[in-house]
Amino acid sequence: MTTTYLIRNARVLGGEPTDLLLRDGIIAEIGAGLTAEGAEVIDADGLIALPGLVDLHTHLREPGREDAETVDSGTSAAALGGFTAVHAMANTDPVADTAGVVEQVWRLGREAGHCDVFPVGAVTVGLAGERLAELGAMADSAARVRVFSDDGKCVSDAVLMRRALEYVKAFDGVIAQHAQEPRLTEEAQMNEGELSGRLGLRGWPAVAEEAIIARDCLLAAHVGSRLHVCHVSTAGSVELIRWAKRNGWNVTAEACPHHLLLTDELAATYDPIYKVNPPLRSATDVEALRQGLADGTIDVVATDHAPHPHEDKDCEWQAAAFGMLGLETALSIVQQTMVDTGLLDWAGVAERMATTPAQMGRRAGHGRPIQPGAAANVVLYDPAHTHVVDPTETASLSRNTPYAGRELPGRVVATFLRGRATVLDGKLT
Amino acid sequence: MKRHLLSAADLTRSDAELVLETAEELRSLADRPIKKLPALRGRTVVNLFFEDSTRTRISFEAAAKRLSADVINFSAKGSSLSKGESLKDTALTLEAMGADAVVIRHWASGAPHLLANSGWVRSSVVNAGDGTHEHPTQALLDAFTMWRHLGSLDGRRVTIVGDVLHSRVARSNALLLQTLGAEVTLVAPPTLLPVGVEGWGVETSYDLDAALPKADAVMMLRVQRERMNAAFFPSAREYSRRYGMDARRMGTLQDHALVMHPGPMIRGMEITADVADSPRSVIVEQVTNGVAVRMAVLYLLLGGSESALGGTTDVAGDAGKDRTIEGADGSATAGGAA
Repeated sequence: MTTTYLIRNARVLGGEPTDLLLRDGIIAEIGAGLTAEGAEVIDADGLIALPGLVDLHTHLREPGREDAETVDSGTSAAALGGFTAVHAMANTDPVADTAGVVEQVWRLGREAGHCDVFPVGAVTVGLAGERLAELGAMADSAARVRVFSDDGKCVSDAVLMRRALEYVKAFDGVIAQHAQEPRLTEEAQMNEGELSGRLGLRGWPAVAEEAIIARDCLLAAHVGSRLHVCHVSTAGSVELIRWAKRNGWNVTAEACPHHLLLTDELAATYDPIYKVNPPLRSATDVEALRQGLADGTIDVVATDHAPHPHEDKDCEWQAAAFGMLGLETALSIVQQTMVDTGLLDWAGVAERMATTPAQMGRRAGHGRPIQPGAAANVVLYDPAHTHVVDPTETASLSRNTPYAGRELPGRVVATFLRGRATVLDGKLT
Repeated sequence: MKRHLLSAADLTRSDAELVLETAEELRSLADRPIKKLPALRGRTVVNLFFEDSTRTRISFEAAAKRLSADVINFSAKGSSLSKGESLKDTALTLEAMGADAVVIRHWASGAPHLLANSGWVRSSVVNAGDGTHEHPTQALLDAFTMWRHLGSLDGRRVTIVGDVLHSRVARSNALLLQTLGAEVTLVAPPTLLPVGVEGWGVETSYDLDAALPKADAVMMLRVQRERMNAAFFPSAREYSRRYGMDARRMGTLQDHALVMHPGPMIRGMEITADVADSPRSVIVEQVTNGVAVRMAVLYLLLGGSESALGGTTDVAGDAGKDRTIEGADGSATAGGAA
């Protein structure tokens, strides 16, 4: 029996204030002036209520790199960021390429209890890009995997990509591609442009992403399958996905908060906290991503939360690991870049951070509209709050946030997973 | 001058001219029987080399020793693939030993920048070549060499030829020469020019023959033969034919034009032996000038901003000590090191 919560004066999707009653795991009632015997009352004056966020792209590092993150610590960070579900990427050690590993990650998520953990299965054995992993076994496992990705590596072999796209149709799966032509990006360090030339850092050209996206869109159309493009980072990629959608092809795409805010100019610091894959791009690319997210070309925001231990970032740029934290700051960055700029309203945020990612992952219990009878996956968010990011305050085991010292808007006040508070007053319960 | 020399862009025109003038004073030392000044007595200069470079290291070593600094050579092997002790731990070790200046050569672009800005060390950091980024003292010695032969570099045309993409020498020269008023032309096959080079303020050309007649100085860059394995050019022979400096091309230069090379040369690849050994070639002089320029840089970063040899001069150093520097006869005392 869980606590009953009576949330007073929450603005659902930014609308007029109303009361929400969360009881027995569902949203029992919505309306003004609700009462409930014995309920814990939460004053949500000024707070926005959104469906619990769903991340399509999270690195939880367990098994294998428990020094960087565990399922428990990563999902704690997720809950603090307003997420009620995360998709855990497959590049663990061992790789999540068997039913055994995905079930283990799924079970660890249940035991931790901070949010639902939906494992992503590897497309190829060991992410090696040589032969298909047992995709069906992972789909049929207790983890019910529907999203498959070699994230971190690109399925660059065109035949293998075609077969993977075809094969997952049998269980309504989707291939989430890390679009990176490997030969064009050997030892690549940052966005290829004038700055990479000046800094003497090997360039990661936009064409290496766009060439794979173009090919994959054509392949997905050819075999009539579902393609999802991970962490789109360039204006050209947005244009290609717009073209694919215009053709009616089943292509979806995600953008990461850091690509919506930060630019490659930060590489001039040689501080590898800004080293990420795909790299930070130009201001033009940032603007194109924002427009693409606003007009629906880009379907979802996904964090690509990528924890790394301190020593892997406290070194030469070239020697440093790719990736940055993202779960706890995602909603703030989206507010700053999309809402405060007038590009997106809160309903749009809910769609791109909860509804659509849940649909794409085929997770019916998440991303539902805030209506009576729906599972009580709800986040309460204060958009008027501002805070300065302090890396030591994260629930992640790692500290590699690129926003340290930055003032960001907003604060997650409470997160409810099936009616149970995982976060209250901005703190883990 | 700034406290560190990480990039040629750190130097204003007056900074750069001060280095050249100081180097000119110090170069006269090379012709004296006692090639030593007490200017940096009691100071410690660490040569921290993460990448093999005998000539740059001994050049800095000679420069520091001629200024009476204590020199520690620290070779830290390792690469991005075989990580040894981290840069951080090495830096903390040097800091604990009390280095006043760290001269760093590193395979990673930006490593000197990291060292200077990380808070790991308090000493001045001199970039002695980092990855494919910069090599500012090389640019200073190149500018010094041209300045000695050509006078002011204002309006002079310098043509830099070869693997600009991978060359830290080209980057630093493009920056410094423009600061000093020269016009720079980069000549290379299109594959060896960086993306975005149009933003560098230089001219670029794929045609060496067209660029040579107007050049006041031609700087040939080293080209690694292995580059052809990554399809930057088809063969060493074709590269030499299109972009190598040979006697025929040298014949198209103006009479006063210099031929330069930062070394180490690959004779027969980017430059033929008869050109390298010709009277136009200032390649050996570049080495001599390298010591003088590095003395000037170390002196100015650690010592002061006044004349290095010009009699008794009070100089306020970075350490806040008043230092007295006198002539080359070895009789001087340095106030901070007494």
